[in-house]
Amino acid sequence: MSAAIRVGLPSSLALLARSPAEVLVICPQPVTQAAVLDALEAEYPMLRGTIRDAVTRRRRPFIRFFACLRDLSHDAPDDALPMAVVAGEEPFMVIGAIAGG
Amino acid sequence: MTQVRLLIGTRKGAFILSADGARRNWSVSGPHFPGWEVYHLKGSPVDPGRLYASQSSGWFGQIIQRSDDGGITWNAVGNDFVYEGGAGTHQWYDGTAHPWEFKRIWHLEPSLTEADTVFAGAEDAALFRSADGGQSWAEMAGLRRHGSGPAWQPGAGGMCLHSIILDPVDPNRMFVAISAAGAFRTDDGGVTWRAINRGLRSDHIPDPEAETGHCVHHIAMHKTRPGTLFMQKHWDVMRSDDAGDSWREISGNLPSDFGFVIDVHAHEPDTLYVVPIKSDAEHYPPDGRLRVYRSRGGDDWQPLTAGLPQQDCYVNVLRDAMAVDTLDPCGVYFGTTGGQVYASADAGDHWEAITRDLPAVLSVEVQTLT
Repeated sequence: MSAAIRVGLPSSLALLARSPAEVLVICPQPVTQAAVLDALEAEYPMLRGTIRDAVTRRRRPFIRFFACLRDLSHDAPDDALPMAVVAGEEPFMVIGAIAGG
Repeated sequence: MTQVRLLIGTRKGAFILSADGARRNWSVSGPHFPGWEVYHLKGSPVDPGRLYASQSSGWFGQIIQRSDDGGITWNAVGNDFVYEGGAGTHQWYDGTAHPWEFKRIWHLEPSLTEADTVFAGAEDAALFRSADGGQSWAEMAGLRRHGSGPAWQPGAGGMCLHSIILDPVDPNRMFVAISAAGAFRTDDGGVTWRAINRGLRSDHIPDPEAETGHCVHHIAMHKTRPGTLFMQKHWDVMRSDDAGDSWREISGNLPSDFGFVIDVHAHEPDTLYVVPIKSDAEHYPPDGRLRVYRSRGGDDWQPLTAGLPQQDCYVNVLRDAMAVDTLDPCGVYFGTTGGQVYASADAGDHWEAITRDLPAVLSVEVQTLT
């Protein structure tokens, strides 16, 4: 059983992936942050290391995750994502933290 | 037909400037990798169509890009830069032990003999090598295992390995420089390294014989004279005629011996170029006058001003932002933090800005294509 997850990318990563700002990835159940990012990196290997550290797999410091008006950045990678994300009603948003010029 | 291709890395992308051998009319391609910092791009001397680029971001980390068609198209290759074994610690600004952490690649140096082999200088300081066109990287860990590694400290810009020079005669010899550890040489293909900093004097180091701790900004060599090295240190311009075993100061009559870039004329191995910067606190030219200085061997320096702004100029020229082509007369190029790229088609006698409004320039390389 898998789910089609909408993932929103910041413009720098969309340029790198040569993708639209929102992509669709097929993710196995249960749908977690880690599972979505695994599926994203499998589809777009050039994104490996840009969202999570390639070695530790931890979220890079200036990356944030949002969905359904909630900041999910500090949730555990294996926590289930909101049902609206799993159902494809809402995107899982990868955001570059607001900083710098 | 002869062509010249400039590879420009900036704070917000890469640009490629092209001209014919006359070097008067330049076309600009870019930005490539828009919005990303591009610390360095360089072409393979074996296959000029093969370019490597270091694309990085404080948000998204390190990407290595490769082009096989001279920069028309690019593909992201490997970006796993993993320190070999236990990463260990170096000295932090406050003197405490700090774990080695990968931040970015400052410099890419393609092999002189194999298009798929390329070396990468990292922050925190380490040397990596790829033998498959950048797809995978392995640390040449002998450098960090040089006994002084735990005592290395970052300069203000980070603890970066920014200079890599491959000896064109001896394939086992290589030179690197690290801020603020100093210069190092291997004579066995990177297995073991020795510090080559004898003769350097740095005010912030109390021990005048200190083996490491010197803030080397850049080193340069002429390919026909690999035993002679030139160095722009934090302060002082230096020369070695014994492959770095000893150094002597050649700052001579420079208005300031602080600076970042240093390079050597393509056909005159004793002719070198620097751009003096006022001081370590004031990173712009003395008196607001942008001047390249040229010397035959050092000590006696001639200011080159024709075509360069001689008032109200307060830009910097960073360590990898100067290059020379191999045409005759030799072309000299440099980029500024103000986004100008200056070119001289007559070895520095006359200059013109060939583009003026790029993002801050981090690096300049040139390819002479025949």
